[in-house]
Amino acid sequence: MATETKAPAASPAPATAAAIGEPAWARNLLIALGLGFIGLFLVLPLVAVFIEALSNGIGAYLAALHTPDTLAAIRLTLLVAAIAVPCNLVFGVIAAWAIAKFEFTGRSVLITFIDLPFSVSPVISGLVYVLLFGAHGWFGPWLVANNVQIIFAVPGIVLATIFVTFPFVARELIPLMQEQGTEEEEAALSLGANGWQTFWRVTLPNIKWGLLYGVLLSNARAMGEFGAVSVVSGHIRGLTNTMPLHVEILYNEYNFVGAFAVASLLALLALVTLVLKSLLEWRFGHELAVTRH
Amino acid sequence: MNIEIKDIQKRFGDFVALHQINLAIAQGELLALLGPSGSGKTTLLRIIAGLEQPTSGSILFGGDDLVGQSLRERKIGFVFQHYALFRHMTVFENVAFGLRVKRRAERPAEAEIGKRVRRLLDLVQLGPFGGRYPSQLSGGQRQRVALARALAIGPRVLMLDEPFGALDAKVRKELRRWLRGLHDEMGLTSVFVTHDQEEALELADRVVIMNQGRIEQIGSPDYVYEHPASAFAYEFLGNVNRFECAIRNGQAVFAGGTISVPENANTGDGPAIAYVRPHDIEVFTGPTAAALAATVSYISAAGPLAKVEVAAADGRLIEIELARPMLRALALKVGSLVHIRARKARVFRRDAEPSPGETHSIRGEGRYSEPATPPAPMWHI
Repeated sequence: MATETKAPAASPAPATAAAIGEPAWARNLLIALGLGFIGLFLVLPLVAVFIEALSNGIGAYLAALHTPDTLAAIRLTLLVAAIAVPCNLVFGVIAAWAIAKFEFTGRSVLITFIDLPFSVSPVISGLVYVLLFGAHGWFGPWLVANNVQIIFAVPGIVLATIFVTFPFVARELIPLMQEQGTEEEEAALSLGANGWQTFWRVTLPNIKWGLLYGVLLSNARAMGEFGAVSVVSGHIRGLTNTMPLHVEILYNEYNFVGAFAVASLLALLALVTLVLKSLLEWRFGHELAVTRH
Repeated sequence: MNIEIKDIQKRFGDFVALHQINLAIAQGELLALLGPSGSGKTTLLRIIAGLEQPTSGSILFGGDDLVGQSLRERKIGFVFQHYALFRHMTVFENVAFGLRVKRRAERPAEAEIGKRVRRLLDLVQLGPFGGRYPSQLSGGQRQRVALARALAIGPRVLMLDEPFGALDAKVRKELRRWLRGLHDEMGLTSVFVTHDQEEALELADRVVIMNQGRIEQIGSPDYVYEHPASAFAYEFLGNVNRFECAIRNGQAVFAGGTISVPENANTGDGPAIAYVRPHDIEVFTGPTAAALAATVSYISAAGPLAKVEVAAADGRLIEIELARPMLRALALKVGSLVHIRARKARVFRRDAEPSPGETHSIRGEGRYSEPATPPAPMWHI
C-alpha cells in the first residue's frame, strides 16, 4: 500500500479501480494463495484418485470395476439417487413455496428445521432411522409383523439419503422466491390463469435455474453420502452397499486399485455435474441474465 | 360496467385498513383513489380487483355480487405498481399470456392470438418490441406492456395501482395524456390509485380522497379543489399555509384581530385552523390596511408561478405564489419588506375532525372581507 503513489484521499471520486484497487503485489499474493490452496486441497487429491486408480493400467482399472459387487453398488447408488432427488425436488419446491409466498404460524420453525440435516452429524440421521424403524425401534414390531424391512435394506438407505439431501433444493429456492415476491403470480391470476397454469408458466420458469442448481447439488450429495447410509445399510455386499460404502470395504481389504477405481467413478460423477452446470450456464447465459433483471 | 361498493370493511388482525367503504363507480368513468400511504387506497383497489378478500361487505359489478368470485371470472385488467411483467417471457408472450391460459373452448387460434397481440402492441406504440424481454425496456415501455397485457383479456374494468409512480416527470406526463385518450377511446371503466394530487386532479373524472381507511370526500377535480370537505382534504390537495385561530360567535379570532365567518355560525365556539392557499395571498410593498408585515426570505422564479417565501415578525414562514409579471411589478428581492393579506381563507374547527358519517359536509368557509391583522402563521407546507 505504501507503494501507491496517487493520493487516494485527496481526490474524492477518481476511477473506481484506483479507489478500491490493491497494490499489484497484494493482488498477486491473494491470487497465488487462492489458486495454491485450491490446487493443494482440491485438485491434487482429485488427481491422486485417478492416478492411483490407473496405477496398474487401464485393463486392471476396468477389471476392478467389472465385478458383480461393484456393479451392484453402482446400480444401488443410481437407484437411491433416482428416488431421493425427485422426492427432494418436490418437497423442496413445496417447502420453499410455502415459506416464501405465505405467512403462517410455524413458518420460522419450518425454516429452522430445513437446515437440520446440515447441522446434525449424518451418523445421527442414520441412527434416528434405526431407532424408528429398526427391529427394536418404535415401529419395529409392527414392521416385523407385517414383513416390511426398512433398516438394512434399500428403503432405509433411500430415507437416510432423502434426509441428508433435503436442504439443498429448498435452501437454493427460498431466497430466490422471496426476492421475486408474489406479484407475477398475482398478475397471472388476474389475467385468468388457474393455479396450475400459474405454477407451470410463471413460477417454475422463474425458479428453474435455482432449482437446477439445487438438484445438481442434491444429486452429488445423494450419490456421495457415507455416514447416514453407513448406519442404516448393514453393509451387505451386492445388496445394500452403495458406492461410497463399497469404496471403504475395498480399501479395508487392501484392494487399492478397486477402491480407487470406484472412487474415481464417484469423482467423475461430481465432475460431470459441475461441467453440466457450467455448460447450461454458458448455453443459457443470456436468458439467465434476462430473468435475473 | 358500473361498480357498486357496499359497506366494504377490511381488517388485518386488529388493524382496520378500511372502515365501511361505500362507493359507486359509473360506466365509462375514470376514477382516482387519492390518499397518502397507509390510507387504504391500494387495499380498496385490490379488494375490488379480487386480489384481496374483504372482511365484510359486497361489491356489485353491473348488479352481480363479486365477493367470493375468482379472479378469472371477474375479468379485470390489473396493472401493478411495479408492472409485474413475466420476466422470462418476451413482450409478445407477456401480452399473449391472458389469451393462452383461456379454457380450450374459448382460446383463440394461434394466428388469431398473434394478430391480437400485434394490434395491442401497436396500440401501446410498442410494435417493434415484441421480441424483447422486459429487462431490456425502459420504465415507460414496461408500463405500456403491462397495459397491453391487461387489455388483452378484454377487461370489463381497468385498474391501475400507482401507474406512474416509478416514471420520470416527462414520461409521466406523456403517459398520463395517452392513458386518458385510451380510456376515452375504448370506453373503459377505469380506477387508478395515486398519492399524487396533481395526477389525480388532472386525469380523473372524479376523485376519491382517502385517509386512514375512510373516504374523506368524493367529487370532480375542480369541486374538491375548490371546496375541500375537511381540513385533511384541504391540506392534501396542494400547498397550503396554516394559521391558528379560534371561532367565537361565528367569527374567526386571530392573534391580531377578528373576521366574520358566517358559514361557521353553527359550528360552535372552539379552536380552529384557517387555511390559505399560496396563490390566495396578496402582496403589497407599502403599508396596507389589515396586512401583516413580513420579510422576503426566498424567491424561486422558475416556472410560470414564482414561489416567494416570507418570514413574519415572529420568524414563521409563509409560502406565496405570484404570477411572474406581478413579481416583476413588485420588484421583490430577498430581504424586501412586504405586507401580505389573505384574499381567501377557509376555517375548520380544530377539535371537530370529520367523523366517518359526515364525510361530505363542508364545514365552513371564511372570506377575509375585512381582515384585521392577518393571523400568525403556524407553519407552511
